[in-house]
Order: sequence, then structure tokens, then C-alpha cells
Amino acid sequence: MLIKNRKASDVLGSEITPKSVFDNRRAFLKTAALAGVGLAAGALPSLPALAARTPLSGVKKTRWSADSLPENDPVNDYEDITGYNNFYEFGTGKRDPKANAQDFKPEPWSIAVEGACAKPGKISFEDLIKPHTLEERVYRFRCVEAWSMVVPWVGIPLADVLKRFEPTSDAKYVYFETLLDPEQMPGQRYPVLKWPYKEGLRIDEAMNPLSFLSVGLYGEVLPNQNGAPVRLVVPWKYGYKSIKSIVKIKFQSAMPPTSWNEAAAREYGFYSNVNPAVSHPRWSQASERRIGEIFKRKTLMFNGYEEEVAGLYTDMDLRKWH
Amino acid sequence: MVWVIKPAVWVLCLAPLAWLGWLVADAVLLGGRGLTANPVEFINRYLGDWALRFLLIGLAVTPLRILSGWKQVVRLRRLLGLFAFFYVVLHVSNYVVLDQFFNWTAIWEDIVKRWYITVGMLALVCLIPLAVTSTKGWIKRIGGRNWNKLHKAVYVAGAAACLHFFMMRKGLQYEPLVYGAIFASLMMMRAVEPLKRKLRAA
Repeated sequence: MLIKNRKASDVLGSEITPKSVFDNRRAFLKTAALAGVGLAAGALPSLPALAARTPLSGVKKTRWSADSLPENDPVNDYEDITGYNNFYEFGTGKRDPKANAQDFKPEPWSIAVEGACAKPGKISFEDLIKPHTLEERVYRFRCVEAWSMVVPWVGIPLADVLKRFEPTSDAKYVYFETLLDPEQMPGQRYPVLKWPYKEGLRIDEAMNPLSFLSVGLYGEVLPNQNGAPVRLVVPWKYGYKSIKSIVKIKFQSAMPPTSWNEAAAREYGFYSNVNPAVSHPRWSQASERRIGEIFKRKTLMFNGYEEEVAGLYTDMDLRKWH
Repeated sequence: MVWVIKPAVWVLCLAPLAWLGWLVADAVLLGGRGLTANPVEFINRYLGDWALRFLLIGLAVTPLRILSGWKQVVRLRRLLGLFAFFYVVLHVSNYVVLDQFFNWTAIWEDIVKRWYITVGMLALVCLIPLAVTSTKGWIKRIGGRNWNKLHKAVYVAGAAACLHFFMMRKGLQYEPLVYGAIFASLMMMRAVEPLKRKLRAA
């Protein structure tokens, strides 16, 4: 008898959408999107954002495809993913980022690499991406505010990028920073948080195969409001860990400060793993509202990525290290 | 004069609800996106915003009378107060029905665990007896003086509502501070007037 051990994220035969259906859906979406852009651009020629939808070429399919997710996790539509954002650098309302990020300039862009690594320095966005093959990763995305989406990201595994800088044995943590530029990021004119936005991961979390640097969405260049030109995606953690518009990566031995932890340590821990058993002072995390649905669904441990990441936290009290 | 103004106030007070109704109809029938990708959250905040605004508008009647000397304006106070309560009830109903879907365990947990919800519920509890006793019959039954005393609870509700808004926002956001400042100045004007009168008498 054949005994197969199945991971939660593995594909069941019953879950596979026939390729023709999938391709058709893609083709339809693309046509619909292009038609939408055409119409909107025709009607409102002054909106530069609508012209900015640039397709990315050579994107590799991975085992983290839309088909790998259960049937009740359909991919959210482009409008929702790009029109409903928390990106306080562009305002605290959900629609502010789309409205206020259109003049943001994601190029030219460079990232400062610092700290405990053999190859520190400044690296341009192009040089950061060039040696890698772009991949599509369809991940569940869970916001600490108890809503969630399914997002088809395009990008590169974080581990592959970090290894290029040859972190030393002192590199126990990786620290990230968002651009600080109130001229381009009007939300930074208000002291909602201490700018620039700061985030961090433990090095083994950063090296986990799920950790991802995203540069695109739906096979296209990442829109400004979603964190262009490059953002982090850590799907088993609450969304605010996924820092956007990264300008600095620093390897260090000490646990780095993070913006939300600085603002309210009781509410936002360093780890911020999705955990339905640990109630947040603001929102019960037991359930969530999937965007596009009215009623809530149960939240999964580590956002459904338990088998891939639970090993990172054995022997840790996840209540204390929330 | 007031008989002309009252219908106008009715229309203005119902306008935000009508606009919400339009957004819902547009979303359902035409696939409009005015309710954002998360309609439940949008409706909650929209109704909460208007509940707080009407509460402050109701609290502005007395200062307006003091500043303008227009005594008749007081006759609009009960109507405005009831509209504030109306939006509070819609706001809470949306939370109970669409947000939590009658999950009373989750709601109770919210009330005891999450301070901003505790404070919000305090505002609601303060307003219920005021809405109940808003009729002429109730004023007679408990007497004008007691009725006036009881209706001072609106100050607690106003403070709690402002605090609820402030606590609910993440980080340091200026919008709740603006509402808080408006509430504080409305309260201050009430305190200053009797003081002036005393000075004049002395």
C-alpha cells in the first residue's frame, strides 16, 4: 500500500483546476483588465497610474500556485488587492494609498545592505533582481485587523537574495527599512508612527522557503500602493510584517526594533505570527473576514502554513512571543 | 420659524443614511465599489462617524444659543439627539449583525477584553435612557428638573464616544483629536456662560 504524507499546502487531485480552464480564466482576466484600463484611460487620460500596469516577462510557475490552495481560497481580484491597502506612508484610510501613491517614484531605486555580511554596499533594484528568475507565489495574506486576501505575488525567494550578501554567523536577525521621504509619501508628514517604517525577521525565518521578496502582482509590476518597487511577503505572519518599499537591509546580532512594536508593544510583538489562539487587544484573531465575503471564517494557525513554519517556533511560548 | 426648519433638519439628518443606501444599492446592482473591498468595515465606520457627528451637533445647540441668542434653536435639540441615537443604534446593529453575526460570545469577549469597545458600549448605555425619556409623557412623569439632570448623561456619552474613536484608531492619528477638540470646546462654552452670569451679578 502506498502511504503518502501530504502537506497542507500540497495539491489534492480534486483541487486541480484543469489547465485549459485556468488559462482561459487568466486570458479573460487579462483581457478584462486591459479593456478596463483602456476604457478608464480613454475616459480619464490624466491618470498616470492606469498606464503604469506593466507586464513582467519570464515569470516561473511554482508549487505555490493558485491551484495549490484549497477551493475556498480563490484569488482576490486586482481591484481589491490594489484598492484596499494599509500603507500609512500614504494615509491611514484604506483608499488613501491608491489615491496618494500615484506620484511616487519607484525608480531609480537602490537598497543599502549593511551589517554582519561579507558583501555590504548599495545595490540597485535592477542588480538585486537580475540574477534571479521571477516566480509566482499565490499566498493567503492575513491582516492583523482580521481581514484577509489571497494574492498572486511575483518575486524572488528572500533566502536566495540574502545569501548573495553572504551573512556571517553574527547575522541572527535581518532588519528592513522603508523609504523616508515626506515629499513623495504624504502620510509621513503626520506622526502616526515614528518614520521610517521598520521591520525585522529572525534569520531562520528570513531563510524559510516561504519568505518572499515581491516585485509584482498578477504578472505585472507591483503598484506603488502595494509597496513598489520591492516589498517583503511573509505569509504566516500578520501583514504589517511585510514591509513595503524597502531601502535598507541590515544583518545584525540583536533583535531589531519594529515600528508597530515601538508604537504599542502590548499589541504588536516582534514575531506577529498569525495565531487564532492568541487574542489581540484590538481584534479577536480567532476568525477573519476574507475580502469578497460577508461572513467570517475561522483563522488557521500560522495562516495555514503550519507544516512549513511550525518548526521555527518549537520550544517557544507563542503567547509570550506573540 | 422652527416649523420650517424642522422638516429641513429631518432631511439633512437622513441624508447620510440615504447616501449609504445609494452606495449599497450601487454595489449590489451595478457592482460599484463605493463601499470599498470590505463593505462591513466601511459601513461600520461610516455609521460610527455619523453617530459621533450628530452627537456633537446635538451638543452644539446650547453653545449656539448662548453665542447667537437665538432661543428657539433649543427646540431642535431633542430631534438632533434622537437622530444621534438613531445612528448609534445603526452603528451597533451593524456590528452585531454583519460584523459578528449574532455571535454573542465574541461580542461579550469584545466588550470585556477590548477597551475601545467597552468605552463605546458605555456611550450606548448612557444614551438609551435619554432616548426612552425623550417623550413629553416622560418629562411630566419624572419632572423637568430630574429630566434635565438625567439628560446630563449625554456629556458622558459624548466623552466616551470621542474616546472610543481615539482608541479605535491605530498609531497617533489626528482625526479623533479634531473630534475630541470640538467636544472639549463645546463643553467649555457651557462652563463659561454661568461664570459670566455670576460675574455680571457681582
